[in-house]
Amino acid sequence: MELEPAVTSAPPTAAPTAEAPAQAPAKLEPPGAPGSRLRRLYEWADERLGLTELRKFAAKKTVPEHRHAFWYYWGGISLFLFIVQVLTGVLLLVYFRPGPEAYDSVRRITYEIHFGWLVRSAHSWSANLMVFAVFVHMFSAGLMKAYRKPREFTWWSGVVLLLLTLGFGFSGYLLTWDEVAYFGTKVGIEVAEKTPVLGRPYANLLRGGPDVNENTLQRFFALHVVIFPLLFMPVLVLHLWLVSKHGNAVPPSEEAKPAARRKSVPFFPNFMMKDLAMWLIALNVIAIFASFFPWQLGSQADPLKPAPVGIHPEWYFMSSFQVLKIFGDWFPGAAGEMFGMAVFTLGLGLWFLLPLFDPSSKNGRRARLATYFILFALAVLVVTTVWGYLAL
Amino acid sequence: MSLSNEQRVELPVVEAPEHPARRVFLKAAAGAVGCVYAGMIGYPVYRYLESPVEKAAAAAAVSEVSLPKADALPPGSALMFKFGAGPALLIHQKDGSWSAMSAVCTHLACTVQYEPERDRIFCACHGGVYDPKTGANVSGPPPRPLDQFKVAVGAGSVTVTRG
Repeated sequence: MELEPAVTSAPPTAAPTAEAPAQAPAKLEPPGAPGSRLRRLYEWADERLGLTELRKFAAKKTVPEHRHAFWYYWGGISLFLFIVQVLTGVLLLVYFRPGPEAYDSVRRITYEIHFGWLVRSAHSWSANLMVFAVFVHMFSAGLMKAYRKPREFTWWSGVVLLLLTLGFGFSGYLLTWDEVAYFGTKVGIEVAEKTPVLGRPYANLLRGGPDVNENTLQRFFALHVVIFPLLFMPVLVLHLWLVSKHGNAVPPSEEAKPAARRKSVPFFPNFMMKDLAMWLIALNVIAIFASFFPWQLGSQADPLKPAPVGIHPEWYFMSSFQVLKIFGDWFPGAAGEMFGMAVFTLGLGLWFLLPLFDPSSKNGRRARLATYFILFALAVLVVTTVWGYLAL
Repeated sequence: MSLSNEQRVELPVVEAPEHPARRVFLKAAAGAVGCVYAGMIGYPVYRYLESPVEKAAAAAAVSEVSLPKADALPPGSALMFKFGAGPALLIHQKDGSWSAMSAVCTHLACTVQYEPERDRIFCACHGGVYDPKTGANVSGPPPRPLDQFKVAVGAGSVTVTRG
């Protein structure tokens, strides 16, 4: 009996993007010579999995090529660093113990288990690099106006992923249970506690009591390894699916060009190989940082000991730390933190709603308000971070 | 002043002649680099995961254990103790002699027990039976005797040594 090819549905329609089509896609020859074992294996799998459909989709997919195309890599780099987080995180989970033994288990991982220092350092460095990559990705996507129709949900899911990334950072930071982890978490939650009405119950719930203690560690562990990953994964899938559906956004300067003058490269293999090269660079950067600057462990958290002199938050919270310090100077007492929380909330809300600022502009060039807002946010972030370090 | 895109000169694409040898070399080189990376990641991960195995092996290297007050063990009873990584049995026989052996069944590593009323060592998992004096496998599935240790009874303690 002659088997009909299983491909009955239409191949996935290309995203309605305005980019010029790339060079004609290469012929989709199945692998192996006709009748060969490899060919028959491919055909067997193809009938069941629809491989040809996937290959057609991959062959059709293109990535725009222009002077700002470098910034396209940063989403992929963030994804790679997240994958490193998952893998090293699972490895740490093999020896880490939440609860009263947390500090001892981290000490054991860092100083006793073979290459434990490397796994832990890779996790910490990759976490920091991931936050950095996510910020670069966000600001570059914002400045390229990638959030415009039809990509609003890509932006919104991205903001959610950013917040979860910071949540991962904040919750993971406590798990080592050393002095800086203890005080960092204490101060971080204390700030949220200054929110009127809801602040205190929320802070108590987060801490599992009126103060940071072993309950806090246990629930931060649950957040860090179960809750946040459960929330992160589906949003990440949505984000990637939307990127795949709509294709890469092109900046207004590219859009202004006539279609015939725009260039693009096939996603597979051209862009993917470059993407993988970036991943390799990221891997090497992690390896270099983790090997030459391994993460250390401070002395065990002790609620009866004073905070160590010169204690400061991780760089990605330095900006908000400094902003709160400035507001604290302006408004004495809890008013400073309250004002700070209000400003952060407002800023985040505006950031989230960014796609709605320039809904009507055809090419985005006139949407100066959004550009100024992004540049202002970037400037505030950089200036207050540098200021924070100078003021230490 | 930089050239804008409009002014950029399009270079003609020259078809590179096929170099099968170069292609083969590059493929092999890429494969080799890939293997090096896989090794550089795989080796630390393997050592990381097998760390406790190494520690257990070091613990198992113990060759002597002193059991305080074990000399007071009445005849016809046994004491379980840790010898190296695994459990071991010290038996004060009814006839007053002493024996010590590994309590790990040679069949599938269950922990065996001394049954004075039937004068045997029994493994509850699959019914293996050993001789309580020599540790010899008497019946059931065990393929070989229990590992035998030397016993030295002193005043106030018993010392067990790997034979």
